[in-house]
Amino acid sequence: MAKQVIALSKRERLLRAVSRGPLHVAIIAICLMWMVPSTGLFVSSFRPKDAIATTGWWTAFSTASEFTLANYQQVLTAQGMAQSFMNSLIIALPATLLTVAVAAFAAYAFAWMDLPGGEIIFLVVVGLLVVPIQLTLIPVLRMFASAGLTGTFPAVWLAHTAYGLPFAVFLLRNFFIALPKDLLESAFLEGAGHMRVFFRIVMPLSVPSLAALFIFQFLWLWNDLLVALVYLGGFRNVAPMTVTISNLVSSFGSEWHLLTSAAFISMMLPLVVFFALQRYFVQGILAGAVKG
Amino acid sequence: MARVLFDHVTKRFGEFTALRDFNLEIADKEFLVLVGPSGCGKSTALRMLAGLEDITEGSIFIEERRVNGVPAKDRDIAMVFQSYALYPHMTVYDNIAFGLRLRRMPKDEMDPKVKEAASILGVDTLLDRKPGQLSGGQRQRVAVARAIVREPKVFLLDEPLSNLDAKLRVHTRAEISKLHQRLGTTFVYVTHDQVEAMTMADRIAVMNEGIIQQVGSPQKLYDEPVNVFVAGFIGSPSMNFFEAEVVENGEGVRLEGEGFVVDVPDDRADDVRGFLGRRMVFGVRPENIHDKDYVPAGITAAPTAVKVDVTEPMGNEVFLHLMAGDTKLLARVDPRTAMRAGDRVEVVIDMERMHIFDPETKESALS
Amino acid sequence: MRTRLVTAAWLWVLPAFVLLGVFLVYPVVNTVYLSFFSGRDMSTFVGLDNYVYLVTHPETITVFRNNLLWLVLFTATTVALGLLLAVLSNQVRYEALAKAIIFIPMAVSFTAAAVIWRFMYIFRPPQFEQTGVVNAAFTALGFDPIPWITNPSVNNYALIAAGIWMWTGFALVVISAGLKGISAEVLEAARVDGANEIQIFWHVILPMLRSVLVVVAVTLIINSLKVFDLVYVMTFGNFATDVLANRMFKEMFTFGNFGRASAVAVVLLLAIVPMMLSNVRRFRRE
Repeated sequence: MAKQVIALSKRERLLRAVSRGPLHVAIIAICLMWMVPSTGLFVSSFRPKDAIATTGWWTAFSTASEFTLANYQQVLTAQGMAQSFMNSLIIALPATLLTVAVAAFAAYAFAWMDLPGGEIIFLVVVGLLVVPIQLTLIPVLRMFASAGLTGTFPAVWLAHTAYGLPFAVFLLRNFFIALPKDLLESAFLEGAGHMRVFFRIVMPLSVPSLAALFIFQFLWLWNDLLVALVYLGGFRNVAPMTVTISNLVSSFGSEWHLLTSAAFISMMLPLVVFFALQRYFVQGILAGAVKG
Repeated sequence: MARVLFDHVTKRFGEFTALRDFNLEIADKEFLVLVGPSGCGKSTALRMLAGLEDITEGSIFIEERRVNGVPAKDRDIAMVFQSYALYPHMTVYDNIAFGLRLRRMPKDEMDPKVKEAASILGVDTLLDRKPGQLSGGQRQRVAVARAIVREPKVFLLDEPLSNLDAKLRVHTRAEISKLHQRLGTTFVYVTHDQVEAMTMADRIAVMNEGIIQQVGSPQKLYDEPVNVFVAGFIGSPSMNFFEAEVVENGEGVRLEGEGFVVDVPDDRADDVRGFLGRRMVFGVRPENIHDKDYVPAGITAAPTAVKVDVTEPMGNEVFLHLMAGDTKLLARVDPRTAMRAGDRVEVVIDMERMHIFDPETKESALS
Repeated sequence: MRTRLVTAAWLWVLPAFVLLGVFLVYPVVNTVYLSFFSGRDMSTFVGLDNYVYLVTHPETITVFRNNLLWLVLFTATTVALGLLLAVLSNQVRYEALAKAIIFIPMAVSFTAAAVIWRFMYIFRPPQFEQTGVVNAAFTALGFDPIPWITNPSVNNYALIAAGIWMWTGFALVVISAGLKGISAEVLEAARVDGANEIQIFWHVILPMLRSVLVVVAVTLIINSLKVFDLVYVMTFGNFATDVLANRMFKEMFTFGNFGRASAVAVVLLLAIVPMMLSNVRRFRRE
């Protein structure tokens, strides 16, 4: 009797697994499809120049072909990707810090201080969230030109900070306003002013959302092409990786040993950040679902 | 000398008036409870006293100082919030010490104060923990310790017990009363629970719809409610109300309700004679309706015929839901009662303790 | 007590206001103004000439067509794929892994993605071995290889496919979060009421996901209108793949025509304004 019961449930389980087969096949097939492009780039970046040019990267495993680091060596030195990597950091890091700092103060004021007309001003900020930066390029470029700032890092720091502010203020204001009101009122009652409440209560409690914003904004700037292209010009000594890669594409469009390794170098940091801090990253994406 | 005075205070939020011409004087060292249903304005009054809400009209004084526009931090008050509002990223010690640190109190002066406050509340063994590691009762104690450590002039408590379970609530009620005696500070306590108000207060202010209904000692409110709202709000279970016409014949004064009649005892007859021939609202508390077989000594009223709808035995007493004609009455009777649902029985309504209200104004008709 | 110290409050927002004013608000107004001028020094008032040029010149009409193609195809496919994957992956234990795999492209730059997809689309004449994945698959199935990047009848679709590859992860993650927000009890109630899984999807899940889908679609529409990097790096807008943002860049730097570039930017803004209003309205409702 007991045996029969077990046998039946086993059969049921099998039936269920079979009936769910197409589901698994569909998911796994789509996931594999999604991985093919990046995998091809990754594998190819280690293949010798001649091999990439004549055979598909998927043949690299079946034939006894060799792998090499020569491509990386070449792009990092001869094509200046090492310098560009540094430039990307020099652009993204200060600009992200500046954005978060400026936004945090403004967001606190919107959430917890009495700003006459604050509601309406905040709605304007929400509207600015999706204004294409194309609308600002020409006047800002002319401004930078007359101030002699084109091609300098401070120019992109300022521009990036301003462009990042609507989203950053929006995200942080929404987070700050969700903090328990009692907590802040209790601190005010105990004699704390806004500065103290901001630094002693709000900041420590907001570490997760500050981290999410920081990571999100950092990757956004790291991956930016347009702002760097327009305000930094084509100057190689200040070009971030995105600009260098796009230059490589236009000058060496079929030198795939260079392009694949260069692209992969630019992807490494985002991938590490993504895998290490996925939670924060996804949080940023969800909170910023309205950002363009 | 921390006297508090609300002088013609009104609070409006846009179109909505949360508090209307609110006048209340709280004596030094008094334990005053603001009680009323949710939305009655009691928390608004407390938050205005704390400095967390602006005052639309009128003035609030703490001691002789008008505090309109004085920031919360400069009012020398402390507050215990319903949610406790403990800083989750700080230890218990740092939570209690926060206000003292803001006042730049030297460490050697602050440390004994923090420890004393903690030991008064029995949380001295928890000083290194974070609020997240504490039980609800412990958090509540830390919140109180944080408030008393600054030795404020006025101590505000906003529903501090509502997040505790029933048993802990009873215990903590007594603790807060003891704390009040020990500190000798003015306490202003907000609650929706009339039991808390009755058990702890020196005086109670009953509020409804932004207006103070009555202020007085717990016993005064119980014995002499000024209107139907206070009569119904104070006392548990609530007072029974019924409309009846006042009639006099040769035997004395009696009340003719919807399908039942009850005699008025001779020594209360003068209270109702003025309303002869009028319909009035009468109030009788459940504890003044007795099983005919277990009437306490000294009550001599004639029995009234009723039907028992439901019985609710509580162990130490029994609640009877009765129908006297078309009038519903709740009685709180001796547990030995033999009355069962469906029975047609007789109860004694102790009209000696009746309350009379004007049916139009709902105000007490007793002078 | 929050009402006083108003001036102090303004100090807190001052840095943000200055930056927004100088780098966003003023330039937007200025760009609208500049779009009525022409010449290297922007001194010649030309009225609506720049706009007339945009709507009459065949090359810029192609730009409008391409953006429309992006808007419809990219948005619809990405939302549909994201929804499908969210519902499917919700039923398996390796959901987190599957979502991570789809999501990874969101983390890399459009520039790198453009390189990746140029590599996918490599075209070599039929007599040679195909080294690009797409053409290798095509020839393996017996078709002739196609020059995906340069052939105007397919290249826009090829570019849009790259965009879909990047953004599906976004749609998936947001929709999946919305899906998790639907209480299991509601679905159980529907099951008890006799609905099958497909009915539940159409009549319970989909209506409850409506607002989430709107958010995702609005975001994708905005991005389809603003698409730049992918086109810039993959084709530079050549071979009839140009889009507004890239066209503006070309007008600026290739042709040096700031007035016309400004007009392109203004058109972009006009296209995005309805999305902006939708966001503001939703925010006010919340």
